Amino acid sequence: MMRFDASLLARDAEGLFWMARYLERVENLARLIDVTQSFESPGFESGAWFGLIRINADEKNFADRGFSADATHVKRFYLLDRGNPTSIQSNLEDARTNARTLRPLMSTEMWRQINVFHRFVSNITPADLEGDALSRLCNRLKDGVQAHTGITEGTLYRDQGWYFYELGRLVERADQTTRMLDIKYTAMLPQGSEEKRVAELTQWNAVLRAAAGYHAFRRRVRASFTAEDVVHFLLRDPSSPRSVLLCVRRAESHLDDLRRIYGLSQADDALEVAEYLRELLVEKPLGHILATGLHDYLDVVQIHIQKLAAAIGRAFFRDWRPADPAFEGPEQSQSQTTTELSA
Amino acid sequence: MNELFRKSWPDYDPGRFFCELTARRSGAGPVPEWLIQRLAGIGLEALRTRAKGAETDLIDLGVTFTVYSDATAIDRILPFDCIPRVLTHSEWALLERACIQRVAALNAFLGDIYGAGHIVRDGVIPAELVYGNANYRPEMKDFPVPHGTYVHVCGIDIIRDEFGEFRVLEDNARTPSGVSYVIENRHLMLRTFPDLMAGIKLRPVDDYGRRLRAAMTEIAPGGDDDPQVVLLSPGIYNSAYFEHVFLAREMGVPLVQGSDLLVENERVFMRTIAGLRPVHTIYRRLNDDFLDPAVFRPESMLGVRGLIGAWKAGNVAIANAVGTGVADDKAVYAYMPRIIKYYLGEDALIKNVETHICREHEGLAFTLDNLDKLVTKPVGESGGYGITIGPRASKEELQTARASILADPANWISQPMIGLSVAPTLAEDGIGPRHLDLRPFIVTGRDSWVLPGGLTRVAMKRGSLIVNSSQGGGSKDTWVLADDFASAGEPA
Repeated sequence: MMRFDASLLARDAEGLFWMARYLERVENLARLIDVTQSFESPGFESGAWFGLIRINADEKNFADRGFSADATHVKRFYLLDRGNPTSIQSNLEDARTNARTLRPLMSTEMWRQINVFHRFVSNITPADLEGDALSRLCNRLKDGVQAHTGITEGTLYRDQGWYFYELGRLVERADQTTRMLDIKYTAMLPQGSEEKRVAELTQWNAVLRAAAGYHAFRRRVRASFTAEDVVHFLLRDPSSPRSVLLCVRRAESHLDDLRRIYGLSQADDALEVAEYLRELLVEKPLGHILATGLHDYLDVVQIHIQKLAAAIGRAFFRDWRPADPAFEGPEQSQSQTTTELSA
Repeated sequence: MNELFRKSWPDYDPGRFFCELTARRSGAGPVPEWLIQRLAGIGLEALRTRAKGAETDLIDLGVTFTVYSDATAIDRILPFDCIPRVLTHSEWALLERACIQRVAALNAFLGDIYGAGHIVRDGVIPAELVYGNANYRPEMKDFPVPHGTYVHVCGIDIIRDEFGEFRVLEDNARTPSGVSYVIENRHLMLRTFPDLMAGIKLRPVDDYGRRLRAAMTEIAPGGDDDPQVVLLSPGIYNSAYFEHVFLAREMGVPLVQGSDLLVENERVFMRTIAGLRPVHTIYRRLNDDFLDPAVFRPESMLGVRGLIGAWKAGNVAIANAVGTGVADDKAVYAYMPRIIKYYLGEDALIKNVETHICREHEGLAFTLDNLDKLVTKPVGESGGYGITIGPRASKEELQTARASILADPANWISQPMIGLSVAPTLAEDGIGPRHLDLRPFIVTGRDSWVLPGGLTRVAMKRGSLIVNSSQGGGSKDTWVLADDFASAGEPA
């Protein structure tokens, strides 16, 4: 007899949510590194690479680890430094630690792939960061996460757990897209001469490639596109898998499923945040937003993405955590993050 | 057979030890010959390549135990030897009955010492050994458990001496581990060496999870036939975590940690995304000490406050029961033949290793007279501490041992040196004899069931008698030949 009420441990729901987030971060970071490398302008390498640090708000962390602002150090910081909590290694370590706790809920194929991928990442050497090796490395990192995503799509049982996995991925992806847009857009203001325009075009192309949207964008938009077109595509395109709107809509739909199919009415608060966020994304004309300041607007969007994550945490993950602050466990960084976000 | 065997492996020499593959025994039929022929057919190089592939497989699948040191975690596999250990149908029949007998006696003993204590009053076992035992739990006094079962999962370590006779070395009645390797080893064998197994009918090992779940259902409070069973693990930092995952999956129950559980009004709940859900049976892989900070170690973060209270209120079942450690103690082990006789009126089907109890006058005299021939062990220690191996000890070491025994005879036992049996094992210098033991697993709810075979642990180093995984031991697939094991005949 099937048991339909098979209840999901709050801790496991949180683990699925975070495993997906950490893996999504690995893919985004690999994408960003790859385009930074491909589109760096000779003579301005350091600036381009330091942009990565700013996207991830890692300025302090980077300096604390004793690195200086040049290309080699930025690459090492993200691709080799286990001590950096935002490095590929740390993200994958965290993803695997979660996967370990989730073993009974995952397919053998998922677990095997994460293990093998983890070993690959542990074996990255400084030589892999040099010359054309770097691009190959980034491709393998993207392949690794995409293999994970594909195996998950094909093997993860779609009960409540799957929804939390998906929510984690969508929240992270929405967040990453806004960050990328914010940094690049701010870096390119103000507009100016024709020469600058061409340079900008190159930059926008890079952003679109990083968001895996270049080809679709070219199909959708006229040849002489403007910055507004790019912003629209990344924020509001209804069909681009990495647009903020698509991520938010899907998150909203998942939360609604949790409420309807599984009777989890505590999803209501998170649903409200998601609805608000969706409105925020579509309500005002983009021209108006660009005129009054995209940065401030993206700030508001980001805050609400964080509020969404916090609302999901409060509704579903909260109760399991021991009250004792001395508790030490692998979830501590996650719990802290959730606490931070909800504060 | 011997001729074939000498031809295939001219350098293989088990010496005075019993060899699990090449010793003459009835009931093995053509299986040993087949194995030798097939191994020779595959050839040493190909065997090594495949064995290496099998080990990579285990690493990829995370079939590992974790060794933690400083800030680094190292995942180790239990080295797997591809040459199986074969038990005949009749050997297994004896092992199975002996294991069930032993568990019945252990449970009867525990029921008695936590109840009326007849065995102590009848003078079969000294009171001090029971009530003064560090693992005796006064909390268990006069608390009856369903079906009288305290030891729901038992692992019994069995060796074979030079004459091919089985002997019990140790009972593990607390939270024995290793069963996941029995099943994983079989799967690995099927994937990697199907040609070695072709046409040989074996007793299957896949039923363990279902049997364990059934036993956990049988002990649930209130006779609920679909209780919420959970497996309580200390978490991912425990070295046996892989096994906890494995068993939770095989049973189809949630894998929980202490922080997932909560006791309210003497009832146990787990924290789910839909709120608190009642829990009825807990298969715990946590030592007694850590179960409930309100009763045992107050600093334990791994357990659940109030758990013991809920248990004693009859609202939850815990397996294994608290306090079973008094029964698998080294000193109590020495009394097991008498314990079996006392409760069951039978002789032990498989004998203990001959044990001299130094708290008894005769045992002490014999031990002191034969120190250079015996292995002496302190009863209160585990993990091999304080052991003196007479034949390998220096004069000074023997003097020290004598002084220690005389200072506190009750703390000592002695045993003859046993020549553990060997089996052909793939080593760096070819196929050589390596010592091994066997740990069958017995699951008991209302009745006992024994997983066919068990974990064969093998010392990978030549001459070594230490099979423990923490000290470089490995494992083998353990084949129990079915009654009609080779009816399919030799495949073409």
